[in-house]
Amino acid sequence: MSRNRSVNRWVALAFGLVLLAVGCAGDGEGGTGAETPSPGPEAAETPAETPDETPAAQDSGPVTFFSTQLAPVEESEKVRNTILAGFPGEVDFVGADNYGAWVDRITAEAEAGEGTIDLLGGLHGDFVSLGTERLTDVSDLMSELSDRGFSEDYVELANLGTDTPYYIPWMQATYIVVANKQALEHLPDGADVEALTYEQYAEWAANIFDATGQAKVGFPAGEDGLLPRFFQGYLLPAFTGGVVTTFGESDAAWEWMRGIWEHTHPQSVGFGFMQDPLLSEEVWVAWDHVARLKNALEQRPDDFVAVPAPAGPEGRAFMPVVAGLAIPATAPSPQGAQDLIAYMAELETQATTLREVGFFPVVEGDLPEDLSAGIQLEADAVRMQTEAEDALPSLLPIGLGDAGGDFNKIFADTFTRIILNGEEIGPVLERQAEALQALMEETGASCWQPDPPSDGPCQVG
Amino acid sequence: MAGQTSTAPAGVAARRPPEPDRRRGAARAQLLPYWLVLPTLLYVVAFFAWPMVQAFGLAFLGEDGGPTLEHVRTMVGDVQFTSALTFTLLLLVVILPVQFAVALTMALLVNNTRLRARGLFLYIYALPLAVSELAAGIVWFAIFTQQGYLNSVLERVGLIDVPFIWLDYRAPEQLLLAVVLAEVWRATSFVMIILVAGLQGIPRDYLEAAEVFGAGLLTRVRRVILPMLKPSIQVALIFRTILAFQVFATVIALTGRGATVLTAEAYRWQTDVRDPNVAAAYAGLILLLSIVSTAVILRLTRTPPEQRMV
Repeated sequence: MSRNRSVNRWVALAFGLVLLAVGCAGDGEGGTGAETPSPGPEAAETPAETPDETPAAQDSGPVTFFSTQLAPVEESEKVRNTILAGFPGEVDFVGADNYGAWVDRITAEAEAGEGTIDLLGGLHGDFVSLGTERLTDVSDLMSELSDRGFSEDYVELANLGTDTPYYIPWMQATYIVVANKQALEHLPDGADVEALTYEQYAEWAANIFDATGQAKVGFPAGEDGLLPRFFQGYLLPAFTGGVVTTFGESDAAWEWMRGIWEHTHPQSVGFGFMQDPLLSEEVWVAWDHVARLKNALEQRPDDFVAVPAPAGPEGRAFMPVVAGLAIPATAPSPQGAQDLIAYMAELETQATTLREVGFFPVVEGDLPEDLSAGIQLEADAVRMQTEAEDALPSLLPIGLGDAGGDFNKIFADTFTRIILNGEEIGPVLERQAEALQALMEETGASCWQPDPPSDGPCQVG
Repeated sequence: MAGQTSTAPAGVAARRPPEPDRRRGAARAQLLPYWLVLPTLLYVVAFFAWPMVQAFGLAFLGEDGGPTLEHVRTMVGDVQFTSALTFTLLLLVVILPVQFAVALTMALLVNNTRLRARGLFLYIYALPLAVSELAAGIVWFAIFTQQGYLNSVLERVGLIDVPFIWLDYRAPEQLLLAVVLAEVWRATSFVMIILVAGLQGIPRDYLEAAEVFGAGLLTRVRRVILPMLKPSIQVALIFRTILAFQVFATVIALTGRGATVLTAEAYRWQTDVRDPNVAAAYAGLILLLSIVSTAVILRLTRTPPEQRMV
């Protein structure tokens, strides 16, 4: 009897352990689950319809496409249902919540030596930070696609500082200003809304405040907002002609920011995408990324104007943003990824991308005629900004490696100290310049446009 | 449990005598509880203790593997550190008493046998428990934002002409009030549930005896209910304090970057700046604050042995 009882206990214990083991094993399988739904033998038969197009893509199941861009739910749905609709293979589009989530997953797959992601979508800067060792050399594909007419600058950028390309340009965007038409009557005398100066922009904000009693100019200074880009690509270069080399002399730019902030909507520190406060009319005038203004222009094209960013003493600085497509080194289906890249780089797909999500083509060819009124407004503003006589393109940081976040933090902290905490400009700039210089030394990044080229790390001025 | 394990071998011995067998059986029986605890222990070590050790490693080890305070210095020297710490502690100090007062009132109401639909009240009160922190933040944002429900109502009844900006970073007390309201709305029912459970454990005779001696409601609450609720209050206090240090989504949704808390800073250092060391230093600080406050609560709410219920 005692033996029986203890045997029973052991059986129970063993049963428990087996359950635990099965549970653990189940978890393990779950981790690589994305690979498992391969269509299996039937798939091998289907390519008969499109024999020479994407045989490999269909052999190995859906292409998993992981992107920092077009990640918000609405945009992701458009990618899945419209932009990718013409691709013969199956695609599993996954948007990353933020850059951190994106890089963490890719790094984890690389470290595990086994991947589930076939195609990466990201900004140029995302790939810079990720580093070339995680990516596949795409020179063959780049030469195959050379007839698409990518700009030479973008092809050069895709080399990530090496001699071979690691991503294929995908789409481009920039930042502009959108204003509610009710704000136009408060423009300063003699100001042309399509060619504003920073001085006029601040005066405009003050006029609106005086007339309505409300601060109706907004900046995306919230959690998801892109305000650091305003300083890096717009305000500082427009006032000083540089970003890093002139950082220490940017007093006037910060003085301007302090001035306009008095007539800036106080909820700006909560704004992420400026289209929302524009639509709710909490804000009448806003600077932001085109893709984050698109909904406002699309929904009420008759109520808004889209115009270039203001100009400072050194020119009309603006930041072109380029996104690319890359294949991770651990991609289970690199051929499928290549086919998908070729598809994304077709003029027609690029036109659909512009229509649906407001990112502009990187391939040569005319913009489609049938743009919606909102996208047309956006396209006109971007053209005016790029072709302005005083245009001053200011590139995304190059060569910072994975320190892009630190770079942004320096500008965000400068803003917090000077504008939100009201600290004195001089000492703050001195202190932040030290941090910036340390970052440049640490990463060894040389200067990028509009700063003059440097030998060795860029020197903070 | 201890009783079970010691009686089992005695029963076994009575039935089958062979000496070596019996001793082995007894030894096994004594080991059994440890075997049963083992899976949980492994789980806790693998998923809580080890990551915690790793986090401390990240926070206190330098690139060369030696101990360093560099990451902690970066954390303390950061422009957001003081405001994050202050706002977190302020939230705690304001939320806790409000929440306990409200939760106790709700619990007494639900526990009142003279109230007809008290079951219904319990369900209604418990509803916010099902709402996620972020969703609660967004709901309250829709109320407080400039074109939100609150301003619409105030404008309609003619109390204001121009929308008032509630979520103004220049008025931290307004931000604090908004977050406190959202948190009290969202998490008070959690405290209430614990208190209701405690209230139901108080024998009716005590309350009836108090009533017989002429104790009014307030006296009964102060002299009978509160002392007997002490263990429940202790549990609820510890939970709420720890959860208050972890508050995150409500603050982000309501205030953006207008106000910041420790968890938000940990998140930003990890995802925006990509510096897991400083993020781990923040996590370590949150853990430390949780441990210290738990110890303080345990100390303050200690029941002397002679007062303990057996």
